[in-house]
Amino acid sequence: MHTILRAIVEPGFFSSYAVQLAAAFGGVVAVIAAGIGVFTVIRGQAFAGEALGDMGSAGGSSAYLIGVAPIWGFLGISVAASAVMELIGVQRARGRDLATGVVLGAGFGLAALLLYLGMSHPGTTGEIPTILFGSIFTLSSSNLPIVLTLGAITVVTIATLYRPLLLVSVSPELAAARGIPVRVVGASYLFALSIAVALADLTIGAILSTALLVGPAAAALRLTSRPHTAILAASGIGLGCTWLGLLLAWDSYYWPPFRHGWPVSFFVVTLVLISYLLSGLRRRGGSGSGA
Amino acid sequence: MFSSFMVNAWIVATLVAIVGGAIGFFIVLRGSAFIAHAIPNGAFAGAAGATLVGASTLLGLGTFAVLGALAISLLGRRGRRDVATALALVFMLGLGSLFLSFGVGYANSAFSLLFGEVLGISTSQLLPTIALSALSLLVLAMMWRPLLLASVLPESAQVRNPFRLELAFLLLVALATTMTVPVVGTTLIFSLMIGPAAAARLLSARPTTALVLSISIALVIVWSAIALSYETYWPIGFFVGAASISVFMLARAWSRIQTAMASVRRISHGQKLGYESNVS
Repeated sequence: MHTILRAIVEPGFFSSYAVQLAAAFGGVVAVIAAGIGVFTVIRGQAFAGEALGDMGSAGGSSAYLIGVAPIWGFLGISVAASAVMELIGVQRARGRDLATGVVLGAGFGLAALLLYLGMSHPGTTGEIPTILFGSIFTLSSSNLPIVLTLGAITVVTIATLYRPLLLVSVSPELAAARGIPVRVVGASYLFALSIAVALADLTIGAILSTALLVGPAAAALRLTSRPHTAILAASGIGLGCTWLGLLLAWDSYYWPPFRHGWPVSFFVVTLVLISYLLSGLRRRGGSGSGA
Repeated sequence: MFSSFMVNAWIVATLVAIVGGAIGFFIVLRGSAFIAHAIPNGAFAGAAGATLVGASTLLGLGTFAVLGALAISLLGRRGRRDVATALALVFMLGLGSLFLSFGVGYANSAFSLLFGEVLGISTSQLLPTIALSALSLLVLAMMWRPLLLASVLPESAQVRNPFRLELAFLLLVALATTMTVPVVGTTLIFSLMIGPAAAARLLSARPTTALVLSISIALVIVWSAIALSYETYWPIGFFVGAASISVFMLARAWSRIQTAMASVRRISHGQKLGYESNVS
């Protein structure tokens, strides 16, 4: 038994402090991202989530230019971008895609400038891969209070809005007829999303932020149509993918070709994609009534 | 600004603006901004892979752009299209992070692929760019009528095979991506495909007028961005991004004023005829 375990889990996985910290951060963020992602997928705002993630990471990477901690860069850009999207017209399904695109284009332009100005400073050339791909193993425990606070804000916002948000997401017309302020609810949701994305960017990087936001939620919504169950299932899938990805990355330390470990993001993204594909199989093979 | 080493930059930027403005017209019409973001950025991972195995960047970009288009089309047939696009994008980027961890010394070329090095285009890059942009425009011209119909009236019975048309359009975006990313970067081509076309659509409802407007706006943006970039040394992507959102905002303000004036005219016309007007 012990030898089997040793073959699956390289020694030191459970005792390494870096792994424990990564598992804690990754777990919290995966659960929050996957849970809020259920609404993102229902509302068809995957692009907004991805755009906020990209812009946030660019903002975070340039935060040192004005001399503040990266988290404020991530947060500032992400919240500001979501506000502009809301103003331009992200609330209408038709204009949503376009509003997101226009803001993302402008955000990228700004990022290009900030990175260029940043590159004029010495010793920052290695930033881009880190910005793009993030690194879960380089977090320090001093980030924990910020991560927990932001996570709590997101969860409380979504919990408060839960029922109206669900109705607004599924049928805006019906919600409006019931007297629910559709636009306020949508804007509050986008605000919560921008905080969750900034949080995910900081801890796990922009790629994983989108992967965990969209993938587990989309898989869960193929398995069940009940929102409660979908949120729980999505969080479970997100957590599973993250922890399994961490384990595989730890194991891969001795894999070819270079023996310095494969990146966590590669494993997590692959696992997320596999779980999405598997969820499609189950529905197809199931009752056959699949809507 | 027009010295010999800048000539290539002017030629390539002009081509990119024409292709970006034209394809962007359909991207905006079809609401496919996410695809315009996902294919170039995913293809970016292919460039990392090509660096790793020693193949040409163009080949890596092309392979990943086409694979990305196929993946989005396949995943999108069963399930939500934005989810399919997001998953295809993150998977390609995940592969990119794997390639990046195997290779070393990629950071600088990463910057130029993301944000472009339009001022450093060599003459050897010129020919493939011209050939691919001519091909893109030719394919777009051939698809013009069916694609326009399918984009405006997706439910129409005359649209015989929507999936095949969608795939053809995705492959066209992939083609344009392969051609433009090495010279102008993923961010610039994205801005050029969205901003000018979105503004043009607000200014004109007629397809051909909007197409011509979209290309013209893209050309003006790119030309002024090159000039400003040459004067300030700031990255060209910044000027393109800033100009795109400004043009879009101006067009939006203009179309709002037009709508407001039209409704004022309608109300005053109605009052003259003695009708109760209930135009809000």
